Formats: sequence, C-alpha cells, structure tokens
Amino acid sequence: MKIRIIDYKAGNSGSVLHAVEHLGFEAKCVKSPAELEGASHIILPGVGTARATMDNLRELGFIDALSEAVLDKKTPFLGICIGLQLLFERSEEGDTPCLGWLKGEVKRFDASAVRVPQMGWNYVSFTKNSPVKAKEGHYYFVNSYHARPACDGDLWAVSDYGGKFTAAVWHENIFATQFHAEKSGQLGLELLKGFLSL
Amino acid sequence: MLTKRLIACFDIIGGRVTKAVQFKDNIDVAPAEQLAKVMYEAGVDELIFYDISASAEKRPIDIETVKKVARCVFIPFTVGGGLSSLSDMYAALKAGAEKVSVDSMAVRNPSIIAEGAKAFGRQCVVLSTQVKRTGRTPSGYEVYIDGARVATGMDAIEWMKRGEGLGAGEICVNSIDNDGSLRGYDLELMRLAGEAVNVPLIASGGAGKPEHLEELFKTTQAQAAIISSMLYSPRLARNYSVIELKDFLSARGVNVRV
Repeated sequence: MKIRIIDYKAGNSGSVLHAVEHLGFEAKCVKSPAELEGASHIILPGVGTARATMDNLRELGFIDALSEAVLDKKTPFLGICIGLQLLFERSEEGDTPCLGWLKGEVKRFDASAVRVPQMGWNYVSFTKNSPVKAKEGHYYFVNSYHARPACDGDLWAVSDYGGKFTAAVWHENIFATQFHAEKSGQLGLELLKGFLSL
Repeated sequence: MLTKRLIACFDIIGGRVTKAVQFKDNIDVAPAEQLAKVMYEAGVDELIFYDISASAEKRPIDIETVKKVARCVFIPFTVGGGLSSLSDMYAALKAGAEKVSVDSMAVRNPSIIAEGAKAFGRQCVVLSTQVKRTGRTPSGYEVYIDGARVATGMDAIEWMKRGEGLGAGEICVNSIDNDGSLRGYDLELMRLAGEAVNVPLIASGGAGKPEHLEELFKTTQAQAAIISSMLYSPRLARNYSVIELKDFLSARGVNVRV
C-alpha cells in the first residue's frame, strides 16, 4: 500500500497523518507530484481558502499529476473539507475556478440566516451506500462554503445548516467529505478506515 | 443543526496541564498528552491548548507538546499562546492543530488576524480575549492581555467586532472575573457578545455545575463552553464526567453530541 497525503502549504496534513497512523496504516505526506507515482490511495486534506489552495496545488505542480492519478488511473481519492470543494467547477470563495472533476459549484452559507462559518458537530445522514462504509451521526464541520453538485448521483451524504447541504460526495473512485473525518472521533476514524481498506 | 460544544481547555506549563483561578496560582494537574487522551475518550467535543506563559515570556509555542497531544486526539484541537507570525501559525497547524488562537499578540498586532485568515481560511483563526468588567469602557468590559495581567483600555465588545471584521472565524470570551469562581459564566458578557458578532462564540470562565451550562446555552448565543474546572480541577469538591454533563443537558433540551 502506498497511501499519499497531499501536503500543500496551508493544509492540515499532520492531523490526517496522525489519524491514518492511529488506524494502523503507513502513509506519507507528499510535497511534490512525483511522489504520487504508484500511490494506492490519495488524500487531499483541507484547511484554507479555495484560492490559496488552488494556487498552492498549481505552484507545487499537483494539478496534472492528481488528474492523471484520479481521473485516468482511478486511484481511490479522498478529499476533506476544502478537498471536497475543489472537486467542483467553481467556488464563490474569491470567485475561484477549481478542478472541475465534478459538475457543480461551491456557495457561501447565508450569513443572514446562520452563523458563518459553521463550526461544530452536525448530524450527517448518508443518502446511499458506497464501497466506503460510514455510519450516520455527528461529524465535525468547519466551513463557510458548501458544494452544490449538479448531479444528484454524486451526493453521498447530507446535513442541515439553515437548510440541507452537501456533507459528502461520491463519484466512482472519488470520495469527499465536507466534515473533517480525521477530527470526528470514532465515526470519522471508521470512515477513514473504510476508505483505506478499498 | 449544530450541537452545543463542550470544550476542555488546557493551560499548559512545561508540557503539563495546570489549573488557575483568575489566571493566577496555577496548580499542576497532569501531563498534557495523558489528560488529552482521557478527555478524548470521555467524549469531550473539542480541545483547546494554551501555552499560557509563551506570550508573557516572549518565546515560541511549545510545539513538541502540541505534537504529542495531536497524536492522541481525533477531535478538533485549537492551539494558542505565543503565535506571533504566519510561520508560527503554520507550525502549529502542521503539528496537528485544526485551528490557531491569537490573544495578546492580536492586540499588539491586529493584522495577524487578517493575515492568518487570508492564508489558512477564517475558520482557522480563533480570537481569544481576556475580559474584565472595569466600567472604564463603553460596554463596561475591558480587554486584558498577557495572562490577564495588563489592562489595555480597549472596549471588549468593540474589540470582538473588530476581530470579526479582520477575519476571526470564532471568538473565545474569557471572563477574568468569573474564571475559577465556580459561580457560572458571565451571561451578560456573552449576551452582549452574541448581539455584537455573527461568528461562533465560546464562553469561558466560571462553570462549576451543570446548571451553569444550561443557563449559558438557553439564555445566550454561545455555541460552546469551556468546562475545564468541572472536569478536572482539583479545587472542586467533585468533578463531573463529560457523559454526566451531556446527559444533564440533553434531558433539558439542549442539543449535544452523544
């Protein structure tokens, strides 16, 4: 197994690495696209703005390497938080063009209706079964933006914050959670384990 | 909707958790990573780690202890104390923190809030502020810095608004008057803060029994509460377990993570 966690400048690759290691897997944080060669699983963690993250990924040369590994070679991929939002075509955050692997866009929560950012434990319901086993319950969110997939088929889980929003997406080998699976206690660890067991 | 969060806040000195009253007379509790693991397994929703003497001693944060703690908890973990630059913040995040907290340093150099928010996202930057009721400012509440030792003359509510405007994604309000008093949170302070800002608020200082949490969550807009004393202060006649507190709140209609 070659589990690779993308380490771009603003990410929280450390937290994700700790969780993966706690589950008994070996993984490596990688800073260059060459290190994705032969990866069995790729995790794109997230803390940061859409613009800064896209810029960092581009500067480090990750965009093409990721597309090749995930879209062409179908390497199992897990995006977390901003790592989910970047999968879509565009983010309202800094009006940023994103990877566009999934159709849809990323919008800000309505600050007149709810406190933004959403910060805390929210209840997640999975709308369909995927190869990654996950249980409904409370997961930890820290986000001001949320994805609106154009295809209902890409939706994996939902939660509610002043209205229903995308908590997770799944498309073939691409899995992504808006919540921080690595910081969601036992439920989050189980989801990570499910992904790493693919 | 979101649950109300119960947060264990560690005041760290030399890698160990200590407990103070009104920011003074710290007594030793346990090694940080040991207590962190216990709190995580007990079901606490979040952990905050303050290197409480870093700022006053003008030294960088104790990153080794941050790393040790980060290895034992899989819940959100905020780190503060002595973070004075973007590279300090990055080091804390890299060591496993989810969020960084700025307090005295932000008063000295408010632009650190904006810089942190720009680099890491505003949800990553917590403004923590030490507040005392002095009557010397428009709201009556004044900002203190350096472990509640130095008055600034700044109005606490205005400072929270400014911090939000600069990009703080969450504000932790520490009542100096109520800290360690066990008489409950400063509800008036939290109500004023809730009206003034839109970002999530954490109340800190004063909890001594479960009813204090209930009144906080039912009468103010606080989304989270620091409950360190109730969990492990050796000064309390009895400590409470996280489950006990959550069962109590749940039975009284407060939404918590179980």
